[in-house]
Amino acid sequence: MTQTRYSRSRSSDTEKENTGGGGGAAMRVIVPLQGVVQGRGGLVLGSIIPCALFYFLQFYLKRHRNDLDDQNNSNSPGLNSTTGSASSGKLAELPALTRNLSRGLPSPRSPRGPVSVSGRVSGIVKGADSPYYVGLRRVKEDPYDELSNPNGIIQLGLAENKLSLDLVNHWLAENAEQVILRNGKELSISRIATYQPFDGLMEFKVAVAGFMSQVTAKAVSFDPSQVVLTAGATPAIEILSFCLADVGNAFLVPTPCYPGYDRDVKWRTGVEIIHVPCRSADDFNLSIAALDRAFNQAKKRGLKVRGIIISNPSNPVGNLLSRGTLYSLLDFAREKNIHIVSNEILAGSTHGNEEFVSIAEIMDLDDVDRKRVHLVYGLSKDLSLPGFRVGVIYSHNEEVLAAAKKLTRFSTISSPTQCLLISMLSDAKFVQTFITINRERLQRTYALFVAGLKKLGIKCIKSSGGFYCWADMSGLIRSYSEKGELELWDKLLNIAKVNVTPGSCCHCIEPGWFCFCFATLTEKDIPIVTDRIQKVSETCKLN
Amino acid sequence: MAIEIEKPSSVRLSKVAISKTHGEDSPYFAGWKAYDENPYDEVHNQSGVIQMGLAENQVSFDLLEKYLEEHHEASSWGKGAPGFRENALFQDYHGLKSFRQAMANFMEQIRGGKVKFDPDRIVLTAGATAANELLTFILADPGDALLVPTPYYPGFDRDLRWRTGVKIVPIHCNSSNNFQITPQALEAAYRSAESMDLKVRGILITNPSNPLGSTIQSSILNDILDFAVHKNIHLVSDEIYSGSTFSPSEFVSIAEILRNRNYKDAERVHIVYSLSKDLGLPGFRVGTIYSYNDDVVTTARRMSSFTLISSQTQHLLACMLSNHEFTQNYIKTNRERLNKRYDMIIQGLKKAGIECLKGNAGLFCWMNLSPLLNEPTRQGELELWNIILNQVKLNISPGSSCHCSEPGWFRVCFANMSEQTLRVALQRIHKFMEQRKVCSVNR
Repeated sequence: MTQTRYSRSRSSDTEKENTGGGGGAAMRVIVPLQGVVQGRGGLVLGSIIPCALFYFLQFYLKRHRNDLDDQNNSNSPGLNSTTGSASSGKLAELPALTRNLSRGLPSPRSPRGPVSVSGRVSGIVKGADSPYYVGLRRVKEDPYDELSNPNGIIQLGLAENKLSLDLVNHWLAENAEQVILRNGKELSISRIATYQPFDGLMEFKVAVAGFMSQVTAKAVSFDPSQVVLTAGATPAIEILSFCLADVGNAFLVPTPCYPGYDRDVKWRTGVEIIHVPCRSADDFNLSIAALDRAFNQAKKRGLKVRGIIISNPSNPVGNLLSRGTLYSLLDFAREKNIHIVSNEILAGSTHGNEEFVSIAEIMDLDDVDRKRVHLVYGLSKDLSLPGFRVGVIYSHNEEVLAAAKKLTRFSTISSPTQCLLISMLSDAKFVQTFITINRERLQRTYALFVAGLKKLGIKCIKSSGGFYCWADMSGLIRSYSEKGELELWDKLLNIAKVNVTPGSCCHCIEPGWFCFCFATLTEKDIPIVTDRIQKVSETCKLN
Repeated sequence: MAIEIEKPSSVRLSKVAISKTHGEDSPYFAGWKAYDENPYDEVHNQSGVIQMGLAENQVSFDLLEKYLEEHHEASSWGKGAPGFRENALFQDYHGLKSFRQAMANFMEQIRGGKVKFDPDRIVLTAGATAANELLTFILADPGDALLVPTPYYPGFDRDLRWRTGVKIVPIHCNSSNNFQITPQALEAAYRSAESMDLKVRGILITNPSNPLGSTIQSSILNDILDFAVHKNIHLVSDEIYSGSTFSPSEFVSIAEILRNRNYKDAERVHIVYSLSKDLGLPGFRVGTIYSYNDDVVTTARRMSSFTLISSQTQHLLACMLSNHEFTQNYIKTNRERLNKRYDMIIQGLKKAGIECLKGNAGLFCWMNLSPLLNEPTRQGELELWNIILNQVKLNISPGSSCHCSEPGWFRVCFANMSEQTLRVALQRIHKFMEQRKVCSVNR
């Protein structure tokens, strides 16, 4: 085994060099190999050398991949994702020397440099510069206000619905005080203060199931015992990712998609996302053929697909999945024996004439299919209460429910909020009025905004739900590329002073598409927004 | 020829989903099931199981209720709810500034004003459970290890290990020195991790300790910090019971140790806190991470998206905890009442011939029943625990579920019931001990 040891000691030398080093080391193995080929080596060397070569190759590749990861993950030169961490002050100040030293150490036990954090930290540093976050920060620093800051940045990048807050506001003003503590009984805090079931109070599950039913126009009757409540839809998606897939497995996700999936599905779970692009030629509708291709490609790469994550209504495009597509999707999932996660968080925010069909409606097929379909919901969009943190996992798969319930230990909804919302959601009259009026307002504002964009020559995909207009601005970008798209985004942010989300954040493969959230605008605001966009669109056209 | 009909294979779950690392099959949780099936009630079910396995603080609810009665603005958003709009839409993972400020002030008050906390270093999570898990995700990679002194809170097996893939290596403590952590024990744990080829990323201590019910002395805190510095690892101090120390002068926070060193080596220290124990509000789901490390604060903040506190709750508590008069009075009164309960249970157990570890904090006492064991083993302890659960009808937590290396110790909670119920529990224990004496005499 001398040959193997030879290669191994060589490789630890190259470890210290911190340059590629692989080429030189390879030569040291090839030369003796030539001896073998020429008949001088014999059988023993003839088998040992290829093994050693193979071993060395794997080792070299693994190290080289680590180098690449470090380069990709670091936000600034000198930031070492594996052992460096700034104790205080800016990350950029960490000296480059630390990086070399740490790689040179054969064992992590001799401490050198600042205390290390996990690999999960570096990804976050990189994410901070994405347009999504930059835009949010800029708006925070310079927010538009009709009176006090008319030249501030108008926020169209965050999917919020302010159109019907007054309705909720009114209900709370009339009822909140009474509800939180009393509910008609003696003031007793022990009712809400003590440990509660971590997956939500049964009363609240009943109220939420009832609300979900109203949202789907009573087409589905949701069973409260199949409901698991979480502190927002964000942990609901993460919990399902933990439950349905192992580290290294993957989910198929049609794009453009919600940018948050990168965090919710992948970050702490170690699960991958395989994007399945939808095309403008299809109006960005889901294609089963594309899913099939993606599944087969993944298989060839040795990547195991555990499920598909769809959004219905979709975010950001806003189209609905037809009954036929849902059936085809189910057939596909059955054929591949994978899960379906349907994120229906915008189900109550439909505003078109098209009928919304929840996947729950077709879950009443045979038992096996029931076990593979899981619904995600929440009150952040439909009730405009993102701050209250209410998310739902709905499934007929008892094992998934059992595991998810245990995981809600880390993401439980605060009990006073549950109590407050039990009252609100149990007020059937309020709920019905809210859903109806909210839909009308969404429809009206959407129509006005789309018309406004149309006057500027900007077309939108017909949306039936959600808060976004998905607009084609490719005519205004200089180069038909992500770079061109980001340049336009920058102009919109800094010149037009409008924060919108570029399609690349949503993993759209066709450049030039942008999300405009219209649900935070009053009728008065719309002309202001379109005027500002016009400034930029004129200059772009001239160019 | 028979045609084989293929049964459709049911779709599989992940390893995390089917793993038992959630720990809910341990005796710690099994006792709760027994309680759930036959819960004691002063009026309706006097022969039911008394729950002494749940560390909940119910002794100061009246103070909270009084505050809420007198301050309606906390539960609403003012007349006509003007602040509601912003509150309902507020999902910023930074958390309400007013709430972070109030938490920082509260934490300072608990420590007698000896240290200051910067609200911008506070990250909010839905409970300390989430805080501990989040820190583990941030400080360690899958397969790495954290050192935790035994006996420890059974929930750590789930919180630190389940989804994170991180391992716990115990720092063994024993009764010879009142279960205090020694430098030798720290070193032995580190070496043990090394021998298993595990990379140690940090130490997690609970101060005041659960289940011991005692504070860690400042000399030992210094030793632990020195050890962390020497090995270049993190130190997480879970100070969830800091406001439940019977005498304020007896609790020393790791923050004070750092202040004494001019915050040198602070970048490796992180404090976990929560309102579940000190304020008796576990249902509100309020936890915090306080870190002296910028990277950890930034990452924890972003990761807290998975475990945000309802903005409504933040608003309510911001009002309550900014009321200096309320917090001063609460902290003082709560301490006195817990102390009184502690004395009551210790006296009662002493009369029954049972000794406890000398405690000065928390919602429980650490009881020594080793003389009663049939055999000085885990099995013997579980047998005794079963008898106490099913015959004496008391749910207490066996030391083995806390990974105690010495069998025969039990954690007994005293703050989650009325004084009357506690008296009943003590009577039952007394009777049980009397019967055992009679039995052993007759043998």
